[in-house]
Amino acid sequence: MFRFIVRRLLQMVLTFFGATFLVYALMFAVQDDPIQALVGERPITDSQRAALTERYHLNDSFFQQYWYYVKGLLTGDLGTSLTGRKIADMLADAWPVTLRLTLIAIVIAATIAIVAGVISAIRRGSIFDNATLFVTLIVLAMPIVVLAPLAQLIFGIKLGWFPPTAGKDANLYELLLPAAVLASLVVATELRVTRASVAENLRADYVRTARAKGLRRGRVIGVHVLRNSLIPVITLIGVDIGALMSGAIVTEKVFNIPGVGFNLFRGIRTEDGPLVVGFVSVLVIVFLVLNLIVDLLYAVLDPRIRYE
Amino acid sequence: MRGNGPWKMAAGVAAIALLAAGCSSGSSDDDETLPNTISIGIAEPESLIPTNTTEANGSQVLSSLFYPLVRFDEKSTPYTVAAESITHDKANKVWTVRLRSGFTFSNGEPVTADNYINAWNYGAYGPNAQLASYFFSRIDGYAQMQSVDPDGDGPEKAEQPKAKKLTGLRKLNSTTFTVTLSAGFAGWESVMGYDAFLPLPKAAFAGDGVLAESYGEAPIGNGPFKIKGKWQHDSQIQVEKVADFKGTVPKVDGITWKIYQDVGAAYADLVAGNLDVQTKIPIESLASASGDLGDRLQKSPSSSFSFVGFPIYEKEFQSRDVRRALSMAINREEMTEQIFLGSESPATSFVSPVVEGYKPNTCGENCEYNPTKAKQLYTAANGPRDIKITYNTDGGHKAWVDAMCNQIKASLGVNCTGVGEPKFADLLKKVEKKQSVGLIRLGWLMDYPLMENYLGPLYSTDGSSNYYGYSNPAFDSLVAEGSAAPTTAAAEKKWQEAEAILANDMPVIPLRFGQNVFGHSEKVTNVTMDLFQKVDIYKIEIAD
Repeated sequence: MFRFIVRRLLQMVLTFFGATFLVYALMFAVQDDPIQALVGERPITDSQRAALTERYHLNDSFFQQYWYYVKGLLTGDLGTSLTGRKIADMLADAWPVTLRLTLIAIVIAATIAIVAGVISAIRRGSIFDNATLFVTLIVLAMPIVVLAPLAQLIFGIKLGWFPPTAGKDANLYELLLPAAVLASLVVATELRVTRASVAENLRADYVRTARAKGLRRGRVIGVHVLRNSLIPVITLIGVDIGALMSGAIVTEKVFNIPGVGFNLFRGIRTEDGPLVVGFVSVLVIVFLVLNLIVDLLYAVLDPRIRYE
Repeated sequence: MRGNGPWKMAAGVAAIALLAAGCSSGSSDDDETLPNTISIGIAEPESLIPTNTTEANGSQVLSSLFYPLVRFDEKSTPYTVAAESITHDKANKVWTVRLRSGFTFSNGEPVTADNYINAWNYGAYGPNAQLASYFFSRIDGYAQMQSVDPDGDGPEKAEQPKAKKLTGLRKLNSTTFTVTLSAGFAGWESVMGYDAFLPLPKAAFAGDGVLAESYGEAPIGNGPFKIKGKWQHDSQIQVEKVADFKGTVPKVDGITWKIYQDVGAAYADLVAGNLDVQTKIPIESLASASGDLGDRLQKSPSSSFSFVGFPIYEKEFQSRDVRRALSMAINREEMTEQIFLGSESPATSFVSPVVEGYKPNTCGENCEYNPTKAKQLYTAANGPRDIKITYNTDGGHKAWVDAMCNQIKASLGVNCTGVGEPKFADLLKKVEKKQSVGLIRLGWLMDYPLMENYLGPLYSTDGSSNYYGYSNPAFDSLVAEGSAAPTTAAAEKKWQEAEAILANDMPVIPLRFGQNVFGHSEKVTNVTMDLFQKVDIYKIEIAD
């Protein structure tokens, strides 16, 4: 187990540098004229252009720029965004709220998906099963650009149950509505996977044995079936957490949450290479750690899996 | 125990997640609204350093933190505010600014001539790369403070500029200084109303000509409000009243500048009553806004001017009749009514109606919708069969560009397509390389309320935003004569003559003049917006 973790951690270092290098290269390739992008439609004088180019090393070659970046990274300096703010500060501002939003969303999604998934699997073909299928298909078919403003309009403005926007220092209550919208992105797939997995396991030999032993139904499903069925669901949830963090661009925009998705969008729009790479670097780490945790969870859930 | 594993784990994870989410938020509840404070929605400012602020959001916040030398009345005529008097010599070259005495910065420092001189020197010095530095270019000695990179974007470093100070600024005594311009300019007083000309306290500087790094995060100004804490990026900027302020005292005790990433989110908050003023109602909400807000939806003139330019390097647009015909082929009223729902008005002049000296309809019959005549002219001049209109897709221009294309198609019977470029910078790049772009979408917001601020940058040969390359020596010299004229009235006359040349040459097609379309909550009243797209913070008050 210990050796497995060490090996994975070493792999993570390589993956991290590989990923940041790629993102840096891609940003460098699309970078056209970040200084003009910075000032919008205003004209910019030659003297300003020269000074800003100098300040952000824009006239250096790609490898030189990447070297500056890595050098900064190793000394704990994530660099400066083209807006002049320290990227470390921007990360510290953006991450907490996105993290909270994602966690609430994933708890909502997982709770609904697992509970409803198990019930649908047990009562296949029932009204409940068909109804959840129908509802989740509708939610899945609705793009988030429609769903988010609609939820804001109905629950935020018309009914007034939730505040229409959340902001940076949002509390649990303010984050519920955006989190629910975000959860709707993943709840359908998680539910279908749970349902399929539980349904399959219900037919397995060991379940028949357990029943034959005279175990209570609740114990058969709650312990024997669920434990085996959760493996694919856990994998999915692990990946979903990463996806929700980076993919909350629309939700964050609609509910005015200045988080990771919003900053990424801003960085790409203004050709702000260092900003994008800074946020992606942290995202890469999040993905890597989550994948490691998911892999370790397998061993907990399934005694047949052993890591050497 | 083993059997319960997954359930316990799931419950544990959920508990930790909710705990983390709940806990970390309770800390910052300092934004309880005091009875006499209001909130105004803005976007994240680019900067709060006066000489580095060229957009409305930062400018709006600065208007609460600083007290400018001059402000403008309804007719855009400047009147002194922080200045006791502003006088000039006969040639409009040497301007003497006398400051009102007794004013202090919010940290207690008295406001002196040095505060202005140091701030302007900082703003004008090229290597500081301040975005508003071009405002100082009329002052003597500006050129010596700039450096040019010898090989453009190449590896060689630019040389240090020859001077660090503007030679044109001279202190007479602690509250008086003179500004010497490199050429006489009657409108200089108006120029000094811009944010770039605000003073900076001694506390702003870390050394001679070096700004303290933290200053931009919590600017100290000479205005009626002071910043509470720091600029909370992407979230809000809170300002509170300065005790015993010597100038005009606003009617509210504090303002929270709430920062929104998206105008749609701000509108949702406005309708729900969580935001007091939104300065720009999103165009997609305009249809429902009068129902949502009633008489709290308001309009006022703004300085924005939208037009399309003819790149002069494209042969097909070198015929004046082709340009005139295209202008006549467009129905401006239909566009402003159908697409902009009356939030903008049709433009038939080359400068905005908000500046003094504006004359309505200077474009004359060239801007009148007349499809028959347009077609005659176009056919006679053998205009191109294919027209392109290039625009940037990140500014919401597609709808009206397509509408304009349809009008051209219908009137002239030619093919017309709207071509989207991702960003304005991409569009400019194509124009610089002289690629075929067809008509180019452009817009302008004034910096100071003078006709010259439209004529100079947009239409003179070396104008900073004259991307289409229009050049007419007679026009240039009239604009220059106007700038050198002894009085603003005389200047305006020259500028009007210059505008008449434009009407004849048609280097651009004027399309629309903008308006501020803003809304406010039931909590506030007397909400007005000025020509610079800013809320007047001195007039706004709490409703009874």
